[in-house]
Amino acid sequence: MPADAGSLPPPPAFGASPASHALETAAAWLLGLLWILPLAYAVWTAFHPSAFSTRFDPAAPLTLQNFVNAWHAAPFARYFLNTTLLVTMVLAAQLVLGTLAAYALARFEFRGRDLVFALILLQLMVMPDVLIVENYRTMNALGLRDTIVAIGLPYFASAFGIFLLRQTFKTVPRELDDAARVEGASALQVLFKVYVPLARPVYLAYALVSVSYHWNNFLWPLIVSNSVETRPLTVGLQVFSSTDQGVDWSIITAATLMTSAPLLVGFLLFQRQFVQSFMRAGIR
Amino acid sequence: MRSFASLRTTGTPWLLLLPALALLAAFTHWPALATLWHSAMSTPKKARPSRFVGLDNYRAMVEDDVFWQALWNNVIFAAGTIPLSIALAIAMALWVNGRIRGRGFLRLAYFTPTVLPMIAVANIWLFFYTPQYGLLEQVTQALGLPSHNWLGDKSTVLGAMIVVAIWKEAGFFMIFYLAALQGISPSLAEAAALEGASRGQYFRRVLFPLLMPTTLFVLINALINSVRMVDHIFVMTRGGPDNASTLLLYYIYQVGFSFWDSGYAAALTVVVLIVLALVAVLQFGVLERRIHYR
Repeated sequence: MPADAGSLPPPPAFGASPASHALETAAAWLLGLLWILPLAYAVWTAFHPSAFSTRFDPAAPLTLQNFVNAWHAAPFARYFLNTTLLVTMVLAAQLVLGTLAAYALARFEFRGRDLVFALILLQLMVMPDVLIVENYRTMNALGLRDTIVAIGLPYFASAFGIFLLRQTFKTVPRELDDAARVEGASALQVLFKVYVPLARPVYLAYALVSVSYHWNNFLWPLIVSNSVETRPLTVGLQVFSSTDQGVDWSIITAATLMTSAPLLVGFLLFQRQFVQSFMRAGIR
Repeated sequence: MRSFASLRTTGTPWLLLLPALALLAAFTHWPALATLWHSAMSTPKKARPSRFVGLDNYRAMVEDDVFWQALWNNVIFAAGTIPLSIALAIAMALWVNGRIRGRGFLRLAYFTPTVLPMIAVANIWLFFYTPQYGLLEQVTQALGLPSHNWLGDKSTVLGAMIVVAIWKEAGFFMIFYLAALQGISPSLAEAAALEGASRGQYFRRVLFPLLMPTTLFVLINALINSVRMVDHIFVMTRGGPDNASTLLLYYIYQVGFSFWDSGYAAALTVVVLIVLALVAVLQFGVLERRIHYR
């Protein structure tokens, strides 16, 4: 069933009285406003001089100075670059490794397949996020501490991605696969000519979920990164806002909005795709 | 099947799986096992290398008040966050799926916290809770209520964290309910309406049971998140005051990377692994019977 909220049939008129309908609408809106309030508050503070950060005067002058100050107060340009590199690297590795593994699990029969699948799914429970102590030890031993590769490496093989792609590949008609093989295509050729193109929407969905996850990830990067050259935005923001800025909230909220901006803007532009991606990623 | 069997070579699937399996083994399976082993070892010091100490780390854990506090905090955090965020998620999904005015805006408002980095929104919420200047204080002052330091008071700090967690998660869970609701045939509602059922009855007798698999799926996710979600602590409280907001994973971070006590941190990690194993048992005992992967 397509998850298209826009083309829904009108929900059935259930004998709700106009009064209770109005009450429910009011509740929904109250919750909506509460939910958007922290963000609205941050936008207010970031775009006004700090004198107005807690005074809600409609006549307050607008300014971009807070963003300028924040940008110059810490190497945010470098942090943006680091996060971009990290997110791209993780996504690329996840897609390649996930595609290969999912194909093996979806279309080959071999001894131990169920066991392998179970071992992979284990990562859904025991995420790298909780294995920080041992993984730090490993990175140390590999001499990879304080590198962007080390931040991404534990996430390269994603059980979630493998699972999602396996489910998708299983829906590809066998006839397509057989036909390609009869024409002499190898396993890899079949994968890239038949399966990958058909799974494009799932790749997009997975990419959105993965990028927003790793853009936002904090604990593991905090542990392995230790310099401006490797720190992603989240850690950079934390270092910036915890070293005493004279607690200038205007600058801190400006930095906060700045680091979330690419995701937020992307989300506003591609809202429907985002929501559908998360749905698609969740329901399979 | 059929023609497939003859085309298959036994080595191919293993080659395809090799890179992913190698990385999973290195960064999931091995560290999970190594944690067990290292939890029975002492932390290496300058003069003394690491040595086998048996259950010493666990003995220290039993006597460690901060550990018990963190564990208890985590239970409260989970119990406070999960039911409320699931209930709100269902309400949100019903509203956004229904004929409500401003559906687009509401969906946007509910879902936005999901996209934002926790570390960033924690900064915003910190400001929100700030004594005297924060928005919350301005509201309570306007209402003539006494000033209160929400994050500085042991009795309210965990509650303040729970609010942030609910705000962050409810919209995420809403998505799964939205997807499930859209898969439910409208004819069910029509039939219920014809039978004279009220909306409340329709929800309790028809919708809620149909949403049960989604609820279990969301529940598993929420349980895992309640172990994993600690980013906001770094910004808002650093576990304080007096460890009142320390959660297990945050304590592991402190022990492992502030006190550099790797042996004890490994023992604490084992506790988290046991919790996750219990969640897995719940999933395979309850969830798996309803949702089939094949």
